[in-house]
Amino acid sequence: MTADTLIYQKSHHGRRATAQAPAAVVACDIPAQFLRSPPPLMPEASEMQVVRHYTRLSQKNFSIDTHFYPLGSCTMKYNPRACNSLAMQTGFLDRHPLAPEATGQGFLACMYELQQILKTVTGMKGVSLTPMAGAQGEFAGVAMIRAYHDARGDQARREILVPDAAHGTNPATAVMCGFSVREIPTDAHGDVDLAALKEAVGPQTAGIMLTNPSTIGVFERNITEIAAIVHQAGGLLYYDGANLNAILGKVRPGDMGFDVIHLNLHKTFSTPHGGGGPGAGPVGVSERLLPFLPIPVVDRNSDGRYRWLTEQDCPQTIGRLSTFAGNAGILLRAYIYARLLGREGMQRVAEFATLNANYLMARLREAGFEPAFPKRRATHEFIITLKKQARELNVTAMDFAKRLLDYGYHAPTTYFPLLVPECFLIEPTESEDKDTLDGFVAALVAIQREAEADSARVKGAPYTLPVRRLDDVRAARELDLIWKHDNA
Amino acid sequence: MSNIPAQLKYTRSHEWLEQRADGTVRVGITDHAQDLLGDMVYVELPEDGRVVKAGEECAVVESVKAASDVYAPISGTITAINPALAGAPEIVNSDPYGDGWLFCIQPANPAEIAQLLDATAYEAAAQDH
Amino acid sequence: MPFIPHTETDIRQMLDVIGVPTIETLFDEIPARLTQADISSIPSGLNEQATTRLLLQRAQQDAQPLCFLGAGAYEHHIPAAVWQIAARGEFYSAYTPYQAEASQGTLQLIYEYQSMMAHLTGMDVSNASLYDGGSALSEAVLMAVRANRSSKSRRILMPRTVHPHYRAATQAIVRNQDIILDELNFDLQHGVIDVASLPDAPGDFAALVIPQPNFFGALEDVDALTDWAHRHGALVIAVVNPLALALLKAPGQWGANGADIACGDGQPLGIPLSSGGPYFGFMCCKQAQVRQMPGRIVGRTVDLDGKTGYTLTLQAREQHIRRSKATSNICTNQGLMVTAATIHMALLGAEGLRRVALSSHDNLNGLLQRLQTLPGIERAFARRPFFHETVLRIKQRHVSQLLQTMLQDGVLGGLDLSRYYPELGNTLLLCVTETKTADDLDRYARSLATALQQ
Repeated sequence: MTADTLIYQKSHHGRRATAQAPAAVVACDIPAQFLRSPPPLMPEASEMQVVRHYTRLSQKNFSIDTHFYPLGSCTMKYNPRACNSLAMQTGFLDRHPLAPEATGQGFLACMYELQQILKTVTGMKGVSLTPMAGAQGEFAGVAMIRAYHDARGDQARREILVPDAAHGTNPATAVMCGFSVREIPTDAHGDVDLAALKEAVGPQTAGIMLTNPSTIGVFERNITEIAAIVHQAGGLLYYDGANLNAILGKVRPGDMGFDVIHLNLHKTFSTPHGGGGPGAGPVGVSERLLPFLPIPVVDRNSDGRYRWLTEQDCPQTIGRLSTFAGNAGILLRAYIYARLLGREGMQRVAEFATLNANYLMARLREAGFEPAFPKRRATHEFIITLKKQARELNVTAMDFAKRLLDYGYHAPTTYFPLLVPECFLIEPTESEDKDTLDGFVAALVAIQREAEADSARVKGAPYTLPVRRLDDVRAARELDLIWKHDNA
Repeated sequence: MSNIPAQLKYTRSHEWLEQRADGTVRVGITDHAQDLLGDMVYVELPEDGRVVKAGEECAVVESVKAASDVYAPISGTITAINPALAGAPEIVNSDPYGDGWLFCIQPANPAEIAQLLDATAYEAAAQDH
Repeated sequence: MPFIPHTETDIRQMLDVIGVPTIETLFDEIPARLTQADISSIPSGLNEQATTRLLLQRAQQDAQPLCFLGAGAYEHHIPAAVWQIAARGEFYSAYTPYQAEASQGTLQLIYEYQSMMAHLTGMDVSNASLYDGGSALSEAVLMAVRANRSSKSRRILMPRTVHPHYRAATQAIVRNQDIILDELNFDLQHGVIDVASLPDAPGDFAALVIPQPNFFGALEDVDALTDWAHRHGALVIAVVNPLALALLKAPGQWGANGADIACGDGQPLGIPLSSGGPYFGFMCCKQAQVRQMPGRIVGRTVDLDGKTGYTLTLQAREQHIRRSKATSNICTNQGLMVTAATIHMALLGAEGLRRVALSSHDNLNGLLQRLQTLPGIERAFARRPFFHETVLRIKQRHVSQLLQTMLQDGVLGGLDLSRYYPELGNTLLLCVTETKTADDLDRYARSLATALQQ
């Protein structure tokens, strides 16, 4: 039996992991009309089969713990083991979310201190930890902008400005908050086009959503002017914290003039990416948005006891975004990471993330690869464009990405941002050493040589992974989304 | 340049339009558009009988890497949709001007048709992109 | 330097390659005014030993009482293998499976997860998960408004028997899109929606939300409610406890045609209570609605050599392609929680899950028996069937004081409902799971008896 089979296919009727289930209860007083029949189609396997199956599946993944993972805009840095083990203590894990605050003073102290740390490091006036991912943090931020204008009776402000290089969540979020979206172009050097911005603002402007450093890996140099233009027009500034790792502890969004921000703790504060989540997207606000923060928020009484603030305490809140209090266990991991780093460690994050990115960009440029913005410093990430390889060798960024996997490197982000053709967005993070970066350059150089000598070799990659390139078209046309008895 | 039949009318947003003997017009997307989008995996069509205005979104063509809105080239009422596309969206790739048509409209104002692009004008417009 | 590997030599060599004298130079494009961030109030770093000491103290401070609290978060036994495997670095420190060839572990696991959830709910398809139960309901509401093409209504019938926090989260998330949640009252005697009281207004509602079991643990008349909704042109959104579905009728089988969307919180499937998160929301639906579903979806396909493999599919619905027209702004799923839940379900199987559900329910019955002799206590909805959670009406003493006294005795006695449902009077919501022994049940009964007398 190969490792490719599903746990369902390893099942045998009547087999069970008997240590795991309580003894059978014979009587049941629930009337038959409410009961199900037949039982759901579930695996029937032994404990060892299950352990072996999922352990083997795990071995088919690339991960930070096993591979260099320079995925741009995702900040795949080392996830310290202590953050996980200390957060997984029974005192924390067994606490019911609706248990009285008296039973959670240790946990609430961590949350309160995390709020304080995030407030200080971002230069904001208040923080709510509850958004459960970056996208939900964005939602909270834009919903607060709307609540602010509505509270002032300024209901005409129904347009959000978004740079054309922005991540797709920005416009999607604005629409979820009932706004329309207007795109602002980017100039040749990667900054927001100020003339176009001045044209675009007006009494309809609710705000602008910006990432800084931007999605094209450069610092927005005109940020002070942008803040002035938008504020003068009556709009607010939203900071997308996707790239905060580049400036952590060195530059604060609050000092740049932002009114509201979200952080991605799974990036900047190294909580696990977990194969796609859970994330955590706390929001920070300036003075004028304080009343609108999503609940619950932790407060400290004068007697030093901690408590949750709810609707009763915050009547203007945009409300509750999660059933309880967001991804609490992830917030604990971020708190632990923040305590391990301390203020000096946070500044070093920005410094060494930037050093690694600029070094890697310099080495790749030396090796003949083309940076998309050659006159600019890299921030914590940068873009190279493989349009020449695509044109001359018919080898695309996707082909390079797949071949990199054979060399033992996770591919950088490909084809994002959309503005740059055939691009790689490369983010090495501060936790990688020089040898790893050198190895990555050597791999790209080797692939370039292969592409010149035998492009088919690169276009057929990968060869050494559990599967070769997959048929995406078939996956979407002939949807096969769940296992059934008859499609084995 | 891709195939641009001379007898059809076109929009800048890459729809084509064919006038039919029964007074309705048939609408699809151009060869150029299907080529840009790549392998089609799904086509979402308007409801039969829906009243549309020129420029209104009324269908979506979806490939693995993109989803693109299709706009009504003229105002009118949808009188037919192509039933074959539900099971075989790839026909839009293989025969964009024939069996890959999307829907038919009964024009509300036939004069709108004259304002659309002819093949030469569309070819010029498509090259700008 | 914690988590930074650079030696002085490395730094020197790297700066030379870049051609700058110092690291500071690399920040020279940033206006100088902005690089003076004052973060001196953040504490200095602690080493791992000191951090461990601090966090041990904090966790010990939170030693937890014996828990009889449910209300959307349930204490169940989690097999040791679940988190030992889920916390493997290959799962823990991987990201969204964009590079499918390098993510077959996560992708196959999600396909298995989707299969288990679809079979558990009796629906055709599942997504790869959403954030939590409350936010999953909000996404289900948005989806129903998109999917119900016949009614085109933006109103949703939202019964008050749905978890109050789910309703609050849904309200906060959908209100900016001009969607109206019409509150539906419940029958005070039975604690469920009264089918006869539903408005007779075909086409007025995009969907009816049906919780099963409902917030009070009571079982709704799901068949009649589903059929009513479909007769009136509304879709049915089932909000269900997934563990209960090992025992209870699956949403796909409700009424003549089944629910259209099933969602809820996956926490009972191997996720610790953990002060409320991270949990995961699940969402399943009928095949016809799959393109309206938010969130990641994994599909099975083949590679260049014809070998089976798994990949993200239907991505054109999502924000990174569809931008402002996406089905949702959601980018991720709760991958790690889904990993744990999949392993949990594989270990327990249908029979194991059914036994956990039955045993939980049986324990509640055992406790109720012990409470029968106590004066001034009765079940609020005594004639209504329920599942492992129920409402007690207390005559003698104020519930908040009662619970406070029990807490001092080391027992978390339930949830005071007065804040959420003043119309129910002096009531508490009581939950028992399979984790409780006969001794635990005795202890609850004693603790309550003592507290009643104070």
